[in-house]
Amino acid sequence: MSNLPMLRKTLWFIPSACLIGAVLIYPALRTFALSFYRTDLGTSFHAQFAGLGNFARLALDSRFASTLATTVLFTATTVSIEFAAGLVLALSADTWVRGRSAVRTILLIPWTLPTAVIAVLWAWIFNDQYGILNSLLMRTGILRSPISWLGNSTAAFWALVIADAWKTTPFVFVVLLAGMQGIPDELYEAMEIDGGGAWHKFRLITWPFLARFVFVALIFRVIQAFSVFDLVYVMTGGGPGGTTETLSVYAYQTMMRYLDFGYAATLATAMVLALALAALALYWLLLRRHEEVL
Amino acid sequence: MRKFSKLVVLVFCAVAAGPFLWHLVSSLKDPAEVTQIPPTLLPTRPTVDNYLGLFRQRPFLTYCINSFLIASLSSVLCVVSASLAAYPLARGGGRMRAAVSSALLGLAFFPPIVFLFPVYELVRLLGLINHPWGLIVPYAAMNLPLSIWLLTGYFRQIPIELEEAAQMDGLSSLQTFSTIVLPLAAPALATAAVLAFVFAWNEYMLALTFMNSENARTVTVAVATLSGAFVYQIPWGRIAAGVIVSSLPLIVLAIFFQKKIVAGLTAGSIR
Repeated sequence: MSNLPMLRKTLWFIPSACLIGAVLIYPALRTFALSFYRTDLGTSFHAQFAGLGNFARLALDSRFASTLATTVLFTATTVSIEFAAGLVLALSADTWVRGRSAVRTILLIPWTLPTAVIAVLWAWIFNDQYGILNSLLMRTGILRSPISWLGNSTAAFWALVIADAWKTTPFVFVVLLAGMQGIPDELYEAMEIDGGGAWHKFRLITWPFLARFVFVALIFRVIQAFSVFDLVYVMTGGGPGGTTETLSVYAYQTMMRYLDFGYAATLATAMVLALALAALALYWLLLRRHEEVL
Repeated sequence: MRKFSKLVVLVFCAVAAGPFLWHLVSSLKDPAEVTQIPPTLLPTRPTVDNYLGLFRQRPFLTYCINSFLIASLSSVLCVVSASLAAYPLARGGGRMRAAVSSALLGLAFFPPIVFLFPVYELVRLLGLINHPWGLIVPYAAMNLPLSIWLLTGYFRQIPIELEEAAQMDGLSSLQTFSTIVLPLAAPALATAAVLAFVFAWNEYMLALTFMNSENARTVTVAVATLSGAFVYQIPWGRIAAGVIVSSLPLIVLAIFFQKKIVAGLTAGSIR
């Protein structure tokens, strides 16, 4: 393979290059370019160069500010919960689930289900009249009267977080468990001889070894949570009163309902920039400090 | 400590399975029982009417066939293109591999909303709105970065001596690839195919936007449009049945391919 002429080697890349070019690279560039144009009903959908006009509008747009805040809060909350739950689960499972594929399959199932279907599933559980959650909480005496989970902005936010954590904790669990299984048992045994307890084992062996796995789990989850669309669109529609609307939902509405393609592209571009910053920050926080371990 | 960790895992299993089992139970209740307050734990008069209604009063079988066709074909298209690109990457120079891998990873991290409108324009231009290929091609492409990444890593572990021997026997590189490398890489190909299938079955935003006629819908979009959260007199029993039917293929995949899915999800952190 390595001594093939250059020309014949490029043939192998043609199918992938065409697909990626047409569906990912060209659209990304077009969205970036469109973010500098006005293309809406007012211009009869002809692109008019607007310079930084859309970005100026972004800076003054209170709906952008509130959806950005909701998205960041959602990302921070849901990723923290998933990470904590996934870590506890992986630490517990590491001692005895290694070979038990039935348990691993049950834990994995929520991750494989469609997010839009999960939104429907949880919407019914959270239903104020017939939902099982209110019924359980009232029967156990935790609640006196039913909560309108999806009709109250704080409760709706937490309903989204719970549904998202339910779906994605398995992902964090699977990645962290894979990391833990790569740690040689001898290290733990040596620590026991030196008299180190459970906390020392975790702090000095497990955590440094896991750094890279933690980074992968977090970066995937942060990006997916920040881009959340299906769950919010189906479960709350961004409501009540727009309080749970996230950036993807706002951009989608701007595009498909208000037909303001230029500004929708600006919103999408702003999301990419924000994500790039978040990824750099994560890399700096988690990996740079652990480089000697890798 | 060991007992405690067992308890933690069992609690998580109950939380993972509970909501789904609750819908399974509800889908077997009749309309009066499903909205009974307080809810009954098990159906007192079990019935499959909700499932029958789903397939008789709505074209649910059509949705399922659409989803199955789109997910299978996009998975095949993705794995074929990805393996062709991953092989020269795996056997080529390290510098090019590193450059292409990081570019691919960068693309995989873009929010899908970034691609939506330009892809919609292209699909409309080609007259593929409401046509399965309008989703098959975008889904295959959206899965390519991670599939190429996964397969490149796997191909590199296959000893190159086998290929050198095959070439000395006069096989062309395409023959070597298809008769020697691909069979050895079968586990990784299966992983990539399963993950691509799951992605396509689950995708919502493009399916919602590109398939707007009743008979072109995918099952995921159909289930999501069975209800709104605030409307009363919602056919909850039928919605529960829809949730079960649309999830079933994925649960079967999870049961049979659990190891493959786990391998795919963790490949990124090991390399």
